[in-house]
Amino acid sequence: MSKMKALVCRECGKEYPTKAIHVCEMCFGPLEVKYNYDEIKKTISRKKIEDGPRSMWRYIDLLPVEGTNFVGPHAGFTPLVRAKNLGAYLGLDELYIKNDTVNHPTLSFKDRVVAVALTRARELGFETVACASTGNLANSVAAHAASANLHCYVFIPGDLEAAKVLGNLIYKPHVVEIEGNYDDVNRLCSEIAAEHGWAFVNINIRPYYAEGSKTLAFETVEQLGWKTPDQVVIPMASGSLLTKIWKGLHEMKALGLIDAVHTKINGAQAEGCSPISTAFKAGRDFFKPVKPQTIAKSLAIGNPADGYYALKATAESHGSMDMVTDAEVVEGIQLLAQTEGIFAETAGGVTIGVLKKLVKQGVIKKDEVTVAYVTGNGLKTQEAVIDSVGRPVRIQPSLVAFEKTFKMGKNGGGDA
Amino acid sequence: MIKVRIPTPLRPLTKGQGEVETKAGSVVEMIEMLNSAHPGIKDRLCDETGELRRFVNIYVNEEDIRFLKGKDTSLKDGDEVSIVPAIAGG
Repeated sequence: MSKMKALVCRECGKEYPTKAIHVCEMCFGPLEVKYNYDEIKKTISRKKIEDGPRSMWRYIDLLPVEGTNFVGPHAGFTPLVRAKNLGAYLGLDELYIKNDTVNHPTLSFKDRVVAVALTRARELGFETVACASTGNLANSVAAHAASANLHCYVFIPGDLEAAKVLGNLIYKPHVVEIEGNYDDVNRLCSEIAAEHGWAFVNINIRPYYAEGSKTLAFETVEQLGWKTPDQVVIPMASGSLLTKIWKGLHEMKALGLIDAVHTKINGAQAEGCSPISTAFKAGRDFFKPVKPQTIAKSLAIGNPADGYYALKATAESHGSMDMVTDAEVVEGIQLLAQTEGIFAETAGGVTIGVLKKLVKQGVIKKDEVTVAYVTGNGLKTQEAVIDSVGRPVRIQPSLVAFEKTFKMGKNGGGDA
Repeated sequence: MIKVRIPTPLRPLTKGQGEVETKAGSVVEMIEMLNSAHPGIKDRLCDETGELRRFVNIYVNEEDIRFLKGKDTSLKDGDEVSIVPAIAGG
């Protein structure tokens, strides 16, 4: 029996076959994969997972694919870094960074969702894949499509960082730059998807794609020694990642892999695009779309599709949400780099900035085991920090010049 | 005439047409007129209280009506309307 039972509407519960569809015909609600948990429960175990591959595919029993002909076989299982320096700085005893800046192959958490999406797209017989993207998703789709010999179209907003544009072109997909923001790109792609028989990973493949994010929850729990963290801080764009981490934790409990979920889920946004955090702080369960204006471009979604569910998950977990200014984003990137040696992109700066705020507010307490999700690599958003990192010290190639510049004493040390 | 682009989930109601025309003066009137021509459309777009469902996005000339006047956004000859289900991001 297949582990996937059906696609089911999150709003009205209507069921559909496990094909390339994403919207309920009756109420427009998003479709989600429904699993045969009874069947999965018979074989899944900590031991079986631990014996699996050192990639996110060790959790294949909870991922929506039929076979093992993977696109992206190396995605996931990134380091969970014990952040002693940053923890000491913030006043936390046990802080971890889930470090997806080193995900394979394109250095962001999107490699997880794309590996699932393209594996499933190929199973469904598609030869062309596409996506609407704020950058990281496009990079990942383009790279995976190249390796899987799939035709590829990526659609991006016109104002992306240079490295994210180049990070598409190098794989030679069709790169379409839209004169507008991500929400414009998304709307257009939704219309294109209706006319072409392509696998749009975040549109008609979305029910499968989004499930890949659960692996961030699975890995965190396994890497903590099969324990759930007390607090997590998650960056929010569409709100899908946060929603799926919450779902992943509950699946592990439902399958007996852990005893209980007591994790508080906290969402992070940049002030210039914070429709979800703003709604949370106002005590609303719905959000108002905004026109994004922030350097955190990977999170610049003004009309977040999963905003409603992100608000719900955060409330259910008794977590919180907050937002930070662009200056705090840059500060967050530098703080993480200078304490832990991890260079995150702007979304990581948002996460660290909000983590700092939540500790200060007393929302996250000293003795709570805390995990911050750092989901993308700083080399892709160099524009954000280039003016605040200083310049190298330039000298003639002579010992005298060096000694003079650094005023070295006999025992070393000194400074420029 | 106002062009309305119909998303895939609603096409069974428009006999497969991806685009229909209307003469409505506002979004709310457009929904009523579409419903007369293609019975059932209103129930798909609106909940029991008549409000637009949470996951329905409507755009007039590429602008989300939530940045305009919502359901009361006016329509005029030559306008283009898109009805789009919410989609995920990144």
